[in-house]
Amino acid sequence: MTDPLLRLTGLTKAYPGVIANKDVSFDIGRGEVHALLGENGAGKSTLVKTIYGLVKPDSGKMTLEGAPFQPAEPRAARAAGVAMVFQHFSLFDAMNVAENIALGMENPPAQSEIAARVLAVSDQYGLPLDPSRIVGELSAGERQRVEIIRCLLQDPKLLIMDEPTSVLTPQEVAILFETLRKLSAEGTAILYISHKLEEIRALCETATVLRLGEVVATCDPRATSARDMAELMVGSTLHVPEKAARDVGDVVLSLKNLSAKAPHRFGTSLRNISLDVRKGEVLGIGGVAGNGQDELVAALSGEMPTGADMLHYKGKAIGQMRPNERREIGLLAAPEERMGHAAAPDMSLTENAIMTATTRQRLTTRGFLHWAKARGFAEQVIKAFDVRTPGPQNAARSLSGGNLQKFVIGREIMQDPEVLVVNQPTWGVDASAAAAIRQALLDLASKGAAVICISQDLDELMEISDRFAALNEGRLSAPRPARGLTVDEIGLMLGGAHDMEVAHDSA
Amino acid sequence: MILLEKRPQPSRVWTFATPVLAVVLTMIFGGVLFAALGNNPFETIRTIFLDPLFSEFAWFYRPQILIKGAPLVLIAIGLSFGFRAGIWNIGAEGQYIIGALCGAAVGLAFYPTESFIIFPLMVIAGALGGWAWAMIPGFLRVKFGTNEILVSLMLVYVAEQLLSSMALGAMRNPDGVGMPGSRNLTQYPSATSWINESAGMHWGVVFAFIAVIFAYIALSRHIFGFQVRLSGQSPRAAKFAGVNPARLILICMGLSGALAGLAGLFEVAGPASQVSINFNVGYGFTAIIVAFLGRLHPVGIVLAAGLMALTYIGGEIAQSNLGLPGAAIQLLQGMLLFFLLAVDVLTNYRIRLKREGLT
Repeated sequence: MTDPLLRLTGLTKAYPGVIANKDVSFDIGRGEVHALLGENGAGKSTLVKTIYGLVKPDSGKMTLEGAPFQPAEPRAARAAGVAMVFQHFSLFDAMNVAENIALGMENPPAQSEIAARVLAVSDQYGLPLDPSRIVGELSAGERQRVEIIRCLLQDPKLLIMDEPTSVLTPQEVAILFETLRKLSAEGTAILYISHKLEEIRALCETATVLRLGEVVATCDPRATSARDMAELMVGSTLHVPEKAARDVGDVVLSLKNLSAKAPHRFGTSLRNISLDVRKGEVLGIGGVAGNGQDELVAALSGEMPTGADMLHYKGKAIGQMRPNERREIGLLAAPEERMGHAAAPDMSLTENAIMTATTRQRLTTRGFLHWAKARGFAEQVIKAFDVRTPGPQNAARSLSGGNLQKFVIGREIMQDPEVLVVNQPTWGVDASAAAAIRQALLDLASKGAAVICISQDLDELMEISDRFAALNEGRLSAPRPARGLTVDEIGLMLGGAHDMEVAHDSA
Repeated sequence: MILLEKRPQPSRVWTFATPVLAVVLTMIFGGVLFAALGNNPFETIRTIFLDPLFSEFAWFYRPQILIKGAPLVLIAIGLSFGFRAGIWNIGAEGQYIIGALCGAAVGLAFYPTESFIIFPLMVIAGALGGWAWAMIPGFLRVKFGTNEILVSLMLVYVAEQLLSSMALGAMRNPDGVGMPGSRNLTQYPSATSWINESAGMHWGVVFAFIAVIFAYIALSRHIFGFQVRLSGQSPRAAKFAGVNPARLILICMGLSGALAGLAGLFEVAGPASQVSINFNVGYGFTAIIVAFLGRLHPVGIVLAAGLMALTYIGGEIAQSNLGLPGAAIQLLQGMLLFFLLAVDVLTNYRIRLKREGLT
């Protein structure tokens, strides 16, 4: 049994204009927890899609347990014992857990049998899940469990997990790791894709680092520091954001019992949020997606007007002010969704600069646009934030996610806000760009602006925040100083781990 | 295998080339159609597209292009703002009728007084009439979230009923010995929109060109045009940028309604000469094709309206000289929109040919 479970030899896949994978070779042993590391665009997803039969490689071969392995489609990969949990779930909200699982099967047995098997598997691996519950009512962590159990019912030899922890609370992460360790002990290999280095250090035995489609290093994450791994990913020394010592000043923005009904059916209502934000501080707001983040940003940016007295800016009630009036007085925001919300994909960067900068940069006179001035402002943002693009005449959609994010955040920061609200400022952004954005936010705060940073990335929040608060079902916890907060305390603030601990004790 | 590959940004060349390609394809397939009908395809295409401009009777047809083109330009310019913003006013035909009725009503009310103020008052009434008719779907959409496509379209039929009721009732010519239809406005010097009838010049032509210039400036230089484009491309981004969606809907509906109303007024006081049962001939619907054929761009709309006017006139010539059925001309116009939409894909996508087996 010296054969590895899966051996990749010289896998190459090129798309027009980019080589996604170049001569990738590595082995995954039986029962091994193998990490696949790399920045966005390093070729991780192309590689796992190749293994899962979604992409056909241009050259190179794979062997599974010594036999040639060329899955033409995911069905073939599944039949050979490869299962995958995607980052985005494919579940039907209106159906229950057992029905969702049956939908993924070739020949589904009776519902009662599925339910029994779900219960058995969830008991065996400490993944509490009630097969009769409607998926729409489940938390993100529970939905992920549905996907995992769906995979486990196939009795896989290799389980691929794509960024599994991005939607989980720390407690849910702990439960997931427990399960993965158990699986690995029983001989199931796990290919774990993530860019959260501390997780990989805690979980994985081997890490393969991809950069620009090539394997640049293989290391033992337990014996390598997170910083070293990050530098392997980026290929250069990583700049760690520094907090300059700064004075926290007067309250500039206060939320007083901010409540608002959900703007649409799948939204979250905001309930009695009270908060004071001071000059010069970075306030981090954590929480699992869908707990009111979008609504809070909309209420602050002016897209969703609230009661006038619910928001005070320098003592003035502004809850009814329109977005551009708020920009005029210095309250700026950058929403999470880049394409179609923070930026218009088909418009040029100059036009995207006009989107939010007309008021403060005085880009209009009596409604007539100053194109040259707008272009100049776009160029300034591009230059100051190192946005990689041939020029401001290019459409926003031609930029990579990280570059567009730098532009969108830069556009607000370059307008000298007094309060800046950002939602997921580094979502899907590679490590070096993320570090640059965080540094820019810290610099802004040290100049005396207040920054409200909403994020699901707790490491990010701990790195830059002075105070930390958590959003849970539209309610905001009381902010606490970020320094000295433990992971357990954060987890409790985020709403705890729902009802999982009990099941785990019995497992 | 043929693959469609999304371009990183829209192709500039194809933005301008697709309308031309669509016209060429229409000529080819139209020719095939005419050949199948037993006509000489080359002669038919020449009759429709070239004779109005270059035949020995061109002196008669050329002014007709102005007459047919002006209302199309006016209406299409108004529609282009809404279409760019994703607001679908399909009922310009109704707003055109109501504009004509309101304008004509003012003119008829003053009959037979002569004054320089009468025609300007008619223009205002025409614009207001079209505006008000378009505000009904606009207001219902903003207030109750109704679909403006359905409401504006249904109001066309209401307007048509009103038109016949007016032509047969309240506005009927008292001296017309029971004949349906109002007084002839072109024979009422204070109320006619003609400037020079034999040259095809009426005030509608003047207003159409003013509208084109204003639209061009608004779309390229003014924040309003920017907001219109932004709202059409990314509604959420527009809201974030501070655009008030309800206000934009009302402005775009009102603008297209007012321009359609103006077109109706100029038509009734000029080329059509009176309020009659069959006053409307579908300019409001054809303008939708014109707006898209012209890429929702003011200059493009002028060219597209010229082309549509050409097919109208050429079609009439072909009907009388070659005995072509009228439906064949409508088919040709429909084909034009169809090919335009079909080749439009080239603006945002490029076609790649791949040999089988290499995927």
